[in-house]
Amino acid sequence: MMARLLLLFALLCGAVLPAQAHKPSDSYLSLNVQGDVVTGQWDIALRDLDFAIGLDQDGDGKLTWDEIRLRHAAIAAYALERLNLASDKGACRIDTDEQMIDDHTDGAYSVLRFHVACPVPVTSLVINYRLFADLDPQHKGLLRLTRDGETSTAIFDPAHARQTLSLTAPDRLQQFADYVKDGVWHIWIGYDHILFLLSLLLPAVLLAAPSDNLRGAFVDVLKVVTAFTLAHSLTLTLASLSLVSLPSRFVEAAIAASVILAAVNNIYPLFRGRRPVAAFVFGLIHGFGFASVLIDLGLPKGSLLASLLGFNLGVEIGQLCIVAAFLPLAFALRETWFYRRLLLTSGSAMIALVAVVWFVERAFDVQAQTMGAWLFAAR
Amino acid sequence: MNKTFYTILLFFAVAAHAAPYIPSSGQQVIETLPRRGDPVQQELRRLRSQLAARPNDLPLAATLAQRYIALARSETDPRYLGYAQAVLAPWWWLASPPPQVRLLRATLLQSTHQFNPALDDLKAVLAADPNNPQAWLTRATVQTVQGDYAGATASCARLSNLSTELVTITCIANIGTVTGRALKSEQLLDLTLERSANAPADLQVWALTLLAEMAQRRDDAVVAEARFKRALTMAARDSYLLGAYADFLLERQRPREVLAMLNDQTRIDALLLRRALALQQLGDQRQALAADVKELAARFDAAMQRGDTVHQREQARFELKLRHDPATALTLARKNWDVQKEPADIRIYLEAALQARDAAKPVLDWVAQNRTEDAAATRLIARLKTGT
Repeated sequence: MMARLLLLFALLCGAVLPAQAHKPSDSYLSLNVQGDVVTGQWDIALRDLDFAIGLDQDGDGKLTWDEIRLRHAAIAAYALERLNLASDKGACRIDTDEQMIDDHTDGAYSVLRFHVACPVPVTSLVINYRLFADLDPQHKGLLRLTRDGETSTAIFDPAHARQTLSLTAPDRLQQFADYVKDGVWHIWIGYDHILFLLSLLLPAVLLAAPSDNLRGAFVDVLKVVTAFTLAHSLTLTLASLSLVSLPSRFVEAAIAASVILAAVNNIYPLFRGRRPVAAFVFGLIHGFGFASVLIDLGLPKGSLLASLLGFNLGVEIGQLCIVAAFLPLAFALRETWFYRRLLLTSGSAMIALVAVVWFVERAFDVQAQTMGAWLFAAR
Repeated sequence: MNKTFYTILLFFAVAAHAAPYIPSSGQQVIETLPRRGDPVQQELRRLRSQLAARPNDLPLAATLAQRYIALARSETDPRYLGYAQAVLAPWWWLASPPPQVRLLRATLLQSTHQFNPALDDLKAVLAADPNNPQAWLTRATVQTVQGDYAGATASCARLSNLSTELVTITCIANIGTVTGRALKSEQLLDLTLERSANAPADLQVWALTLLAEMAQRRDDAVVAEARFKRALTMAARDSYLLGAYADFLLERQRPREVLAMLNDQTRIDALLLRRALALQQLGDQRQALAADVKELAARFDAAMQRGDTVHQREQARFELKLRHDPATALTLARKNWDVQKEPADIRIYLEAALQARDAAKPVLDWVAQNRTEDAAATRLIARLKTGT
């Protein structure tokens, strides 16, 4: 029973903490800026504070919470005398809130929370950091500044005691526009998406009566494009938010396979009247492809949804441009030999062939040149 | 049921420290500090208060800085290096401080791997005082670490008239052992150490550690172990020696002895790394291993946050062996190789390259050019060349 009580006690006192390190001295300063309101937290090693102003009153080497509490005013005064903040309009006033304890790799730290009153507007912060500069010039102040979800960092030491951090918020509209542009660009250079969509649209102008007119073709195109858009938007969102993930090799190979099927369908009907269904099912896969591009671009934490929306919008704009160019042209040419024989049949066969090469490349991770060499050797 | 209860409690005990907290009792011990009554601390405090009254007293400042540097070494605690630098503040930023300060500045720069500024300082010290044995020795050490063997040999040669035979021969053998004269260097150093029974203990430990590593590099485990053990009887807390012996034991698959030796040495990152590697070899203490890996990750992370690169060799080993990330390990091993070129640096580069399927050309060229002899490196190179 006694042993169990001791264990309980040890657990509650945090005796399970791993060993503490020997490391050079650092403090951890976080500033949080929201509008013109600045708050902060400063973690300073108790060992360093003891060296500077003496905390261990009885000198037994065991620093208790009572001993620390007794020196809270002295700690705050000592630390804040060595930290100056100013906006462009003048010096800020720092007022202490509560003081607590936290553990870092090299031991326990005193946590000093404070709020800052600066002359408004706060468009930049000039920080002058001199903590322990006289006692330990190898000491560094590690600053983490958060402004409306955006984080930046800085390192202070005696040679870099004064630094200015700009607080201008990122231009949200510009950021959004950049993602729209990226979406358009990706559709434009993503031949596999274009070929998939075109393969599905080629038959749209060749429907049987009563849909053998521009209106019928338009409705058909609308159905296919809407199904494709709904599906890829769904998986693009899920994958970008890391809610669902598929191995990229599988996704890329499946996209190539979808192009093969869509093209073959124009020579030998596979989907018949269900092309919108096919567009939806394969659209789910294409969405994963879009997501991998978006993830590579990097999603800013503060504006995750905005960038996701922008990118998706870009993809749709690019897609609509292609459809807008395709539909009138295809409708005008639909009765010609060129369209029916050359484009629909031979064109689809070419698309299927290209997609087969993609599929083999992606599924088996080989380069087209290598395949050429094999074919040549086999001959 | 009971188990669940304790697991939940354990969770709270850990979780409680993941964020700032207010201790529940005023009696709770939050931090352990050096005792005020400790004689070393008392002496340092006495010197500090003297210096506070006369901050420009050069001999006094130099004495105190030396004491701090010695303490930083014996405790492997870099904070004392910062205190030493603070003591030298009136002269630190001068273009050419007095030689006494300049030698100390070189020592401090060297300990944070700022090798080139350190060499500049040493050169200036030696221009003013060509008969300074400490400056020649520090210079030779830095040159050897950097792989400037010609320069290091010249520096060691200057020691022969200025210092004891053991210092000179240890200096020379430290170079010979990595430049194609391993066995001869070892025999010479062994003989010299036998004849130097009256040399200071720390010097004998230095020579013995080097001798043990030399035997280990030619796979003579019996001789290596005898030398490690003899050195440990003279300096049981020398962190470099403990690390070297731990590596020897790990190489021979004897993790239990590593654990027994290092259990109270976990403040030092390099030794905590060895303990984690030993736990990994044991294989049946997953929780302890996971805790050590997490702690090491936090420490390397903290070092990177402040921009330190002093532990890249250890960090590469951590990434390779404990996090199984050969690509990151190789990147770190390469960066480390740009700075230092000791046998341990060769080994970690080769190990990372082997797993990351890299040719390790800079290291292979280096080994071929300098005829570096190292059994472990030779085995790694053979595997690298056959691709196994």
